[in-house]
Amino acid sequence: MNQKRLELIKSKLADFEIELSDINGTPAIITNPANIIIICSILKTDLDISFEMLLDVMGVDNFQKEKRFEVVCSLYSLKYKDRIFIKVPLDSKNPEMPSLTAVWKGANWFERETFDMFGIKFTGHPDLRRIYMPEEYEHFPLRKDFPLLGIPDSIYLPKK
Amino acid sequence: MHNTVFEKLQNDDPDIRKTKILEALESEDLNVSFNDALENEMVLNMGPQHPATHGVLRLLVSLDGETIRKVVPDLGFLHRGYEKLAEATTYHEFIPHTDRLDYLQPIANNVAYTMAVEKLIHIEVPERGKYIRTICSELGRIQSHLIAYGTMVMDIGALTPFLWAMREREKILDIYDILTGVRFTTSYTRIGGVAQDIPDTAIAAIKKFIDEFPKYLQEMRDIIERNKIFIVRTEGIGYISKEDLIDLGITGPILRAAGVSRDLRKDDPYLIYDKLDFDIPVFNDSDCLSRYYVRIEEMIQSTRILHQCLDKMPKGLYNSNNPKKVLPKKERVYTKMEELIHDFMLINFGVNPPIGESYSAVESSKGELGFYIKSNGSGYPFRLKIHSPSFCNLQSMPIMMKDCMISDTVPIIGSVDPVMGEADK
Repeated sequence: MNQKRLELIKSKLADFEIELSDINGTPAIITNPANIIIICSILKTDLDISFEMLLDVMGVDNFQKEKRFEVVCSLYSLKYKDRIFIKVPLDSKNPEMPSLTAVWKGANWFERETFDMFGIKFTGHPDLRRIYMPEEYEHFPLRKDFPLLGIPDSIYLPKK
Repeated sequence: MHNTVFEKLQNDDPDIRKTKILEALESEDLNVSFNDALENEMVLNMGPQHPATHGVLRLLVSLDGETIRKVVPDLGFLHRGYEKLAEATTYHEFIPHTDRLDYLQPIANNVAYTMAVEKLIHIEVPERGKYIRTICSELGRIQSHLIAYGTMVMDIGALTPFLWAMREREKILDIYDILTGVRFTTSYTRIGGVAQDIPDTAIAAIKKFIDEFPKYLQEMRDIIERNKIFIVRTEGIGYISKEDLIDLGITGPILRAAGVSRDLRKDDPYLIYDKLDFDIPVFNDSDCLSRYYVRIEEMIQSTRILHQCLDKMPKGLYNSNNPKKVLPKKERVYTKMEELIHDFMLINFGVNPPIGESYSAVESSKGELGFYIKSNGSGYPFRLKIHSPSFCNLQSMPIMMKDCMISDTVPIIGSVDPVMGEADK
């Protein structure tokens, strides 16, 4: 992405508290969960920016006291053929952010996956079920405090 | 803590035991009563052990007569937790696991994964290595599209083209046998290059294959494309609008069949794709038939790419000259002290990338295959996220199947071409 386009995005988002960073050369916007819906809808609908596609919603467990969880959204622009990332640091105790399904329909399954693996709640999600693990499972496997070998007897199996 | 779950389940309260997936399927107008099943809408369970669902995909279908009202896919039957496993393996040790993601084109996954690691540790692969990797990716694409073609027409009822497609695929597996030493789970690439140089016998085998392949592909097309049963069962079936596809974040042949020319090989060239001359096939109808055409045309373009790669491939190094990060050759490990030390350090402690993150994506046969890697400076990835195209593509299925007939589910699954190993990770 060229510098001019990045400046344009910055000026369009001037009203919000954002921080610019990068992921190995690709720009990334760091923001707090309160503004995420408005920022995303500007990024999607503004014709000069036009990030039409949400490719993925990725969860990260940084395993630290403050702001333990992080959600990284990967956006792609079909018009300008480039990408941008949005990083949302989340609370350690009660990780929660507004669901992006209001902006992109495709966020549905990506958020379900992130919820399944990290226990991050997406408020306003129409169908927040687990996607890989069984519905009655209690743990979140990709959290750093979940052991690699799993927790014995945590999956219900029928008796002989 | 676990007792509560068991108690809950053992209490046998039917309301609690009714899983949430059925709740998701229900709507106000769905009214199931078993007294008079034919009068009502019916819930049908398809899979996970169903021959037409390409693996272990489960679909819950709500039917009104033979018309589909709603579909809820259920995933996770092949969930092996590769993202968790990756956090306990070194960067090298994860390469064999990538074979098991999209098992129809293991070699292309190897390329995609090692490219992501190289982007993180800033290694440049020599020109010959890039050419070998491009050849691998394109062979993988043909291999995967042949299965997509074969299984789609087989599910519709034509067995012969499937056998023909398998015969051609067998030749690609034979090429892998020469090139990598194994036929199926190749694990061919290494960080900084590939495991071994491409031998002349493999080049001759690839040449022979791509010379003959267009003729056989034409045969396969002739038997299918003027077949009335095939056309009637795919034309106009499984329509999904372009806007829906973009909104859902779907990539690959499905998006190109809807008239959007998005291909990372052109839009964001990696390896040597910017030096090659090829076209991106785009169709506009966005139904099963145009997805079929996109895949067939892509196979033809892949043979074009392979021809150019073989003609242009330079001599020279195929592995990056970076002894701290790239595994040395085995015969040197056994005879030279320096290489022995490097080998020991790389195997035991890993490549130790700098602290940071990286995202790298390639155009696999099903769409954008990306790897997001976060490193904390140790030899193990702190977080590895696989952006798998099959998982995203499956999300389009409920929209495609809405208001279709029950028999249309089979060509629709075939045209989406999901690989559950990749979708379930």
